[in-house]
Amino acid sequence: MSEEATTYNYKVVRQFALLSIAMGVIGMFVGVYAAAELAWPWLNFDIPYITFSRIRPLHTNAVIFGFGGSALFATSYYVVQRTCHTRLISDKLAAFTFWGWFAILLAAAITLPLGFTSSKEYAELEWPIDIAITVVWVVYAIVFFGTIMQRKVKHIYVANWFYGAFIITIAMLHIFNNLEVPVGMWKSYSAYAGVQDAMVQWWYGHNAVGFFLTAGFLGMMYYFVPKQAGRPVYSYRLSIVHFWALIFTYIWAGPHHLHYTALPDWTQSLGMVMSLILLAPSWGGMINGIMTLSGAWDKLRTDPILRFLIVALSFYGMSTFEGPMMAIKTVNALSHYTDWTIGHVHSGALGWVAMISMGSLYYLIPRVFGRKLYSLGLVELHFWLATIGIVLYISAMWVSGIMQGLMWRAVNPDGTLTYSFVESVAAMHPFYVTRFVGGALFLTGMLIMTINILLTITAAEETEEGVNDRVLEPAPAH
Amino acid sequence: MYFVEGVFTSSFWDWFITIGTLLSIFACFLLIVWIGGDRPAPDQDVETMGHVWDEDLEEYNNPLPMWWLQMFYITLVFGLFYVFLYPSLGSFPGLLKESQIVEYEREMASAKARFAPTYARYGQMDIPELAKDPAATQIGQRLFSTYCIACHGSDAGGVKGYPNLRDDDWLWGGEPTQLIETIANGRNGLMPSAEANRLEGDADVKAVTQYVLSLSGREHDAAAAEQGKAVYGKVCQACHMPDGTGMTALGAPNLTDDIWLYGGTVAEIEQTIKHGRQNRMPAHGEFLGEEKVKLLSAYIYSLSNKE
Repeated sequence: MSEEATTYNYKVVRQFALLSIAMGVIGMFVGVYAAAELAWPWLNFDIPYITFSRIRPLHTNAVIFGFGGSALFATSYYVVQRTCHTRLISDKLAAFTFWGWFAILLAAAITLPLGFTSSKEYAELEWPIDIAITVVWVVYAIVFFGTIMQRKVKHIYVANWFYGAFIITIAMLHIFNNLEVPVGMWKSYSAYAGVQDAMVQWWYGHNAVGFFLTAGFLGMMYYFVPKQAGRPVYSYRLSIVHFWALIFTYIWAGPHHLHYTALPDWTQSLGMVMSLILLAPSWGGMINGIMTLSGAWDKLRTDPILRFLIVALSFYGMSTFEGPMMAIKTVNALSHYTDWTIGHVHSGALGWVAMISMGSLYYLIPRVFGRKLYSLGLVELHFWLATIGIVLYISAMWVSGIMQGLMWRAVNPDGTLTYSFVESVAAMHPFYVTRFVGGALFLTGMLIMTINILLTITAAEETEEGVNDRVLEPAPAH
Repeated sequence: MYFVEGVFTSSFWDWFITIGTLLSIFACFLLIVWIGGDRPAPDQDVETMGHVWDEDLEEYNNPLPMWWLQMFYITLVFGLFYVFLYPSLGSFPGLLKESQIVEYEREMASAKARFAPTYARYGQMDIPELAKDPAATQIGQRLFSTYCIACHGSDAGGVKGYPNLRDDDWLWGGEPTQLIETIANGRNGLMPSAEANRLEGDADVKAVTQYVLSLSGREHDAAAAEQGKAVYGKVCQACHMPDGTGMTALGAPNLTDDIWLYGGTVAEIEQTIKHGRQNRMPAHGEFLGEEKVKLLSAYIYSLSNKE
């Protein structure tokens, strides 16, 4: 047998893992700078390329598609090979997805500061880049599902269901949301008009959260949590129920972003109802992850990597409770357009997405490079910096968001508004400073991770087992 | 018919949404009844599914946690009630006949009933009288903070392009009726460009600028001003009047004072003459209503008519 047939393709896994960390540092730095601009607006120095309006999409694209996306590519390629007991179907196509994705991120980093934007949230990139994303994504799907079809085991492991749902749904969302009419190299207009455009945008936007930031990372969770805990997944039944219920109900939830707007009442109501029904399916994943640890709780004391994974699940549970609550129209009337939304997003993005990715990368990188992790102490330090950073960030945004909502609706006895808008802006300042501090701590943790990982992969000495990339014979069912 | 006619192009969509929604909620029920009902006896040991991936990945098959399953049922039942009570099933208005429009109208009506007595007091008073009433100007000031400060500044001092409301200089007039007209119906200010005014090139622009400087007694090039005066007489005086004091009927500013809406440097004046200016005060009458426009006018009036 050739070398290719007897080993897993780890090259593409290594590339995406390192790209993920690099994009994490860049994206989080831009985020911290954007947070600083909100606290101290003079920091844009009147330079158009670094004004808030341009670096905010740069931040979101870099962390979601650069950091999170690359982590999903890396882990999905790793997981699909190891749980299908076969090499990726094509090294060339896998390499194409890496270089293609890299080029797309580069194009985003150039065009967004230059002000080229389709002005759709989380889909700001202009049409040529949209086409490139479509091509890379289709190739990704071919590599992933092709590998599944070549699997040497009968059953498809649960992590792959989630990765699969993520890949298919993102393709659909990306294509339909970005249907647009180009009028120049870097300018296009949406194919939809008015409230339809808004509805398509949030159908995409909320499912980018549901399928990119949730389903994809649940796939990650289902491999790395049981592996790191050394315990079987808690419940197969639960994974079936919450998988189908999650992917089925998520797709309805988008209209809750458009409560009390020109969107028809029936659409708003359905968005709210389905968001509430989504609570149980979301929590199913959290239960299955956390309960996997039952019988091995003591490991949390000694294993900071496992702690990353489990705290990630806790934040996941918290933000998927908060989400349905904020989708209730009465709550939304207070929370909408305030910083509460920003806090909610970040408890999911920092707490869940980033923490689960970091834990998984700490597990994965030593194995695919065949090196011992340089320092567990630094992982411990990273964990605490990240956790404290998140807590500062989201509690600042809760206070500031609820305060905004209450200030905006406060009314004098004569029926006039108690506060002018600018008074609410001034009141936000201390919380914007706190948020900046929280973000800076989180970024510091990311920098420590970078150092730890660089010292790991450049170590001279291989571990005893080395790069363990031999394709394993499937274990016989018992 | 249960559905409101004319909301969709065809009642097919009403049925599509209604049946699709109810079937979806029902499908969730079926899923958890089917899998949730399958519970091993409590004393039975939980076993793994027997599949192994990647050396040691296995799955237990624990039953669904009861509290979780119940929570799922509760949200489904709540959802089912909600879609019948509130507008959800296509254009079916819901049993409670609620909607965001109904909610808005109810809140507006209750606010009107609550605040009407406050405003009724001021109905008979004229603007100068209201401007001396502290309670009235306080309401005016609060309205100003909500609707006006984004352009005119929180102290009403204005910025470039947005007039100062604290002084005695008025583009469109500072009399009570003029203030009410400005706030209620808005104003469109237009200074045509040099091209539209048929000025001959930059030489004319520079010459007129020098003449304009002379109107307010500022340092200027006398020869150029003389040349500019001729152009002014042909073009500019139609709006700004022969003596340069402006015309409130057209919103043409007084050029003889030291107040410059778009800046008073030579470069800024030249720019104004060369490219023209367009300005717009939006109309507020329709959504503020007569009473609030009046109180707002009284507040503005009070700023420049102090004893």
